Amino acid sequence: MSVITTAILALLALAVSFGAILGFAAVRFKVEGNPIVDQIDSLLPQTQCGQCGHPGCRPYAQAIADGEDINKCPPGGEATIQALADLLDVEPQPLDAEHGEEKPKQVAVIREEECIGCTKCIQACPIDAILGSAKHMHTVIESECTGCDLCVEPCPVDCIDMLPLAQGIQSWHWSVPRKHIIASDKTHSPEVSAS
Amino acid sequence: MNSALSPTATRKRKLYEFSGGIHPQEMKSVSNQRAIVTAPMPPKLILPLQQHIGSPGKALVEPGQHVLKGQKIAEAQGRISASLHAPTSGTIKGLQDFPVAHPSGMSDLCIELIPDGKDQWCDLTACEHYEHLSPSEIQAKVREAGIAGMGGAGFPTEVKLHPPHNDKVATLILNAAECEPYITADDRLIRERAHEVVGGMEIMAYVLQPGECVIGIEDNKPEAIAALQDAVKNTRIEVVVIPSKYPSGGEKQLVKILTDKEVPSGKIPADIGVMCQNVGTAAAVYRAVRFGEPLISRITTLTGDCVEQKGNVEVLLGTPVDWLLAQYGYHPDRSRRVIAGGPMMGFTLDSTQVPIVKTSNCILAPSETELPLASHTQACIRCSQCADACPAELLPQQLYWFARAQEYDKAEHHNLFDCIECGICSYVCPSSIPLVQYYRHAKGQIKQQRLGQQKSDQARIRFESRQRRLEQEKEQKAAKRKARAEAAAKAQAKKKASETQAQADTGENT
Repeated sequence: MSVITTAILALLALAVSFGAILGFAAVRFKVEGNPIVDQIDSLLPQTQCGQCGHPGCRPYAQAIADGEDINKCPPGGEATIQALADLLDVEPQPLDAEHGEEKPKQVAVIREEECIGCTKCIQACPIDAILGSAKHMHTVIESECTGCDLCVEPCPVDCIDMLPLAQGIQSWHWSVPRKHIIASDKTHSPEVSAS
Repeated sequence: MNSALSPTATRKRKLYEFSGGIHPQEMKSVSNQRAIVTAPMPPKLILPLQQHIGSPGKALVEPGQHVLKGQKIAEAQGRISASLHAPTSGTIKGLQDFPVAHPSGMSDLCIELIPDGKDQWCDLTACEHYEHLSPSEIQAKVREAGIAGMGGAGFPTEVKLHPPHNDKVATLILNAAECEPYITADDRLIRERAHEVVGGMEIMAYVLQPGECVIGIEDNKPEAIAALQDAVKNTRIEVVVIPSKYPSGGEKQLVKILTDKEVPSGKIPADIGVMCQNVGTAAAVYRAVRFGEPLISRITTLTGDCVEQKGNVEVLLGTPVDWLLAQYGYHPDRSRRVIAGGPMMGFTLDSTQVPIVKTSNCILAPSETELPLASHTQACIRCSQCADACPAELLPQQLYWFARAQEYDKAEHHNLFDCIECGICSYVCPSSIPLVQYYRHAKGQIKQQRLGQQKSDQARIRFESRQRRLEQEKEQKAAKRKARAEAAAKAQAKKKASETQAQADTGENT
């Protein structure tokens, strides 16, 4: 009998002490916010376009952390889905077509002679990439535009075009090698094979 | 200053060896037998605004404007940039996109100049004795002359004439190794103008004040070595003959051979107190300081079986390659491709209409038997020849798997960015796997991803600050409304009070 009591008491004592330690740790080392949300947010393309059905990238990151599918971000495309799958250790899924297709990088361009200066696009731009004031022509800061196309819809005169981002010589890089490539081709001369 | 008056060339310097490397067929004698000839004046010159690493120059001329030879036509923009000068007198025809010598085959903004045939110089300021100038004046002259590394990379030279972080430069190395097959531009330059090369190095040494000055040259250029040894008499410059091995002319490899120092991963030689300059650059610096001449021409090797008169030509920048080749007996029917640069590191030109630029050290027009196209790629057999030959001591097989599987983070962990793209791995691979091409692709992808990440971080910051601003505006509006409501309530109360007061007053009065 006394053995059982001792065992129960010992376990109780252990439970109480560990509970106290855990309780202390929970208060002392409390993390502000959810770090996984930050990590997910940093992988999202930050277009703030809302195509995923959330009002911005951070809310979608929050939703993913709460268990939503990771395949609802068309601007990020396959690369983002892959990165999210790696981070969260889940199977990558194909992009959900319901939310849109992966398009090449775009940039908004205002046809300036048609702009009436209504400022509606300025209000729509989530990242303040459009400059202008009332009754004056507006223009898009190309280097800042993420191509979310949120400014297209509010424009009353339809003077905003989404144009594919031109690839210049500066941003060019080598593509995957083809079968016949140049540079560093071998010389099959007898002298070389002899040496 | 001239503390080491004794000829140092006789002193034996200990040489070190870098790991890997190969001995490809040199093919240099086909083009180094003839003296440098000056190319005739082409009917038009196409001058890209970007012929160097860094930001492109800003055009200073307008269509229709007449310019003199040596007149500045584009200004350096920013710290790392280079100016551009008119290679001859003539009229600016326009500013537009032309195909340029770039592996992409894309077009870039160029100035088109139609020579007037007079070849009339603008005013130049010569300087007999560079010692009369201060180092900063020389740096300004080099920047003004638009000189960019002429060995092939095209890094603006003036930037490399500043000691790193105000440290002392231990060794100034002049790279005369010219290790890539076929190319002989530096060889011929040294043979014929060794005093210019040495003069340029003395000027650089005057600016940088290095502990020692070394010219590294491969032993396959005996005439050039003799010319250099003759020219360095009575100077503190040491000519060091190194064994021929590709790629001993690679900057990091040459530093290792001459000083036994290894450039750490992700660093440049300047970080360990070594400065490397190319011999062509030294000659250009000499001409810029001594005669005030800007960089308007360079020596280019024309070689390959499809060119009849193989050799080195002094050619004006902007000369179209097809026109230049035509002057020296080019057979376009025999040639399948024209390569800018050498067979190891060069790239095929999409169009031969591109112009010669500051970095064009060689134009190679091989026949098909001479440089056959790569045969079919086969599977990797893990022979490890690539790893044995890699001069950067990387693991080419691992990098290949990672690059192919798009596991770029792993490729980076295996020091992908230390790859100097010398092309040896592709050259030695018995399965003809285009290894270096995979690395180039992977590097490009990683750079693009980084850029994308940067852009999305920027967008997030802008988005968040906009949210904050909207929030603030809302709060301010609410506060204002509240204040207004309070004020209105107060006014109301006051009015009421005064009304009741007035009523009371009238009541009292009556």
